Amino acid sequence: MTWLASIRIALRALRVNKLRSILTMLGIIIGVAAVITMIAVGAGAQAKVEDQIKSLGSNLIILLPGSVTSGGARMGAGSRSSLTEDDAYAIQREIADVQAAAPALRGIGQVVTGNNNWSTVFFGITPEYFEARNWVVASGKGFEPTDIAGSGKVVLLGETVARNLFGDSDPIGQVVRVLKVPMQVIGTLERKGQSLMGQDQDDVILMPISTARNRVLGGNTAKQRSVRSISIKIREGANMAESENEMRRLLRQRHHLQSGQEDDFTLRNLSEVLGAREESSRVMTLLLAAVASVSLLVGGIGIMNIMLVSVTERTREIGLRMAVGARGRDILSQFLVEAVTLALIGGLCGVVLGVGGSYAIGHFAGWRIKINIEAVTLAAGFAAVIGVFFGFYPARKASRLLPIDALRYE
Amino acid sequence: MIRWLKLILKSSLSNSLRAVADESIFETRSKQFARNYWIGSCLITQSLNHSDMADPLIVTRGLTKVYRMESYTVAALREVSLEIAAGEFVAVMGPSGSGKSTFMNLLGCLDTPTGGDYYLAGDKASELSGDALAAIRNHRIGFVFQNFNLLPRTSALENVELPLLYAHVSAQERRSRALARLADVGLAERADHHPAQLSGGQQQRVAIARALVNDPVLILADEPTGALDSRTSFEVMGLLQQLNRGGMTVVLVTHERDIAAFASRAVSFRDGRVVSDERIAQPADAQAMLGALEVAAA
Repeated sequence: MTWLASIRIALRALRVNKLRSILTMLGIIIGVAAVITMIAVGAGAQAKVEDQIKSLGSNLIILLPGSVTSGGARMGAGSRSSLTEDDAYAIQREIADVQAAAPALRGIGQVVTGNNNWSTVFFGITPEYFEARNWVVASGKGFEPTDIAGSGKVVLLGETVARNLFGDSDPIGQVVRVLKVPMQVIGTLERKGQSLMGQDQDDVILMPISTARNRVLGGNTAKQRSVRSISIKIREGANMAESENEMRRLLRQRHHLQSGQEDDFTLRNLSEVLGAREESSRVMTLLLAAVASVSLLVGGIGIMNIMLVSVTERTREIGLRMAVGARGRDILSQFLVEAVTLALIGGLCGVVLGVGGSYAIGHFAGWRIKINIEAVTLAAGFAAVIGVFFGFYPARKASRLLPIDALRYE
Repeated sequence: MIRWLKLILKSSLSNSLRAVADESIFETRSKQFARNYWIGSCLITQSLNHSDMADPLIVTRGLTKVYRMESYTVAALREVSLEIAAGEFVAVMGPSGSGKSTFMNLLGCLDTPTGGDYYLAGDKASELSGDALAAIRNHRIGFVFQNFNLLPRTSALENVELPLLYAHVSAQERRSRALARLADVGLAERADHHPAQLSGGQQQRVAIARALVNDPVLILADEPTGALDSRTSFEVMGLLQQLNRGGMTVVLVTHERDIAAFASRAVSFRDGRVVSDERIAQPADAQAMLGALEVAAA
């Protein structure tokens, strides 16, 4: 008997009990749809994390000054002022895989305009900072080279700061006082949203590094060129660890450190922290998929149940088929094909429902979803496997009937 | 040899009219059938007069079937030894519990004996595996059941095709052969009707077409008229008689003497044993009785 004939017989048998077939399929439909939807939602969340990492720069290394030991108490990373702007330029110049090395000064202070004020973080930066930290000017313009070199009294406002100080009105051209120093707003920054640590990345203002040093923070002549951090972006595809080692060697040499001496700086690689974060969202996706596959399993048991009923109901038919020459394996394949057909039709309906459901969730809940072709294929394939697995026992039971017992069955 | 020729001459004379009619009905059948037909024609006359000379199609030697219950055993069939020649029309009779159904099931390879041997057309069927028995049922035996056993919601044509499906015959050939058999039983124009749309007699004719479709050597009919009125019973018996005259071996199980009267040999069972085995010299003619019924009705 050909497969086509078997499938035709199966479809006919399934049509006889339409409602029963549909209810049986429903188990598989729900299972497959649940798996696809859960994976879509999970993968969407994962993609969101990946995007956050990208917005921060996955290939970002942050260089901080080392700690000061004062009377036996170590003061923590960044308490020393051992890093200078020139270190940043040297890194940029001498390490091949460095795309951008951006020195920055950091301060916290009150920003005032008219009768409004807001406390925020400000960074004194060079143009490389935009590239290294993925900042984009949303409106207005960026810093001119003259601003950077000549302590221009200009600032760029983060989205949160702009909203808190100016509300809906346009901040460009307005004057704000940062720690009592009046400066002109020349532009706003594109929104970045929360960082993975939950901080508002848009609660920030940027100004030229010279402005921050000379006008706002107050120059410390001894440490004229010292900076608070250097953000280094490594080129896509380059070896991070190797670049880090090169950087460490270069800085030790520049800082005249002996071989026994500790580093007077700290290198931080953010991708490790974020990698862990990504891993946890992947585990979450797997967990969701596992829970959803339980319903697929339950659907499979439904198929087995209905196939057992079907075999009992059609015992006489089996007897007749055997009487006209069907072998055990013909009967086995007939019922197996029937179970698989049931599961596959259910699986395909489940795929349609799952994909549709995922888009609906994405649309109405506003969640990000990501439909994964592999997951869809896997779920549909799994449905077929379930058909074979749960259809086998009833089919074998049917094939092992003795012809005469089956024919005489009441 | 002279006697043989005489027999053939005699048979061709006495059956010439019927033979012409049979030929026209079965002209679509295969060559094999045509050969069977002529051999069969000879064997009929032979078996009437000289059964010991016939080549036995069915041989049972001490055939026994014992059912083991939990606390006791039931011997449904006790050492039955019987020979049935090709071309015979045998009625197997007996009250319920006599073992006639068990005997039929064993002849049909639907069940396996617990003792003794069974040869069908030279094959020792009592020793074959399940798959080999399925092949024998498929190729050598055609079954006709009391309750027709047609697949519901399936057209007459597809019901007739069923044995060919398991014989791995191509779809095209299945269709043409099944249509030819339906035409033989006079139901060509009802090929696409479902069993529920057919009368009992028509359903049984579809079942007979199905039994014939794979050119068997033996038709086993288990109370084929049990669910039919006398008119349709005569129709069905007429069809079986016609087949038998065409050379087909028919074994019929019945408990009605009237129906057994259409056969050429009656074997009676009681308590699992053959209690009588007799030739019927003048079998009733179902076609003639059907004609008489119609005359009476008119």
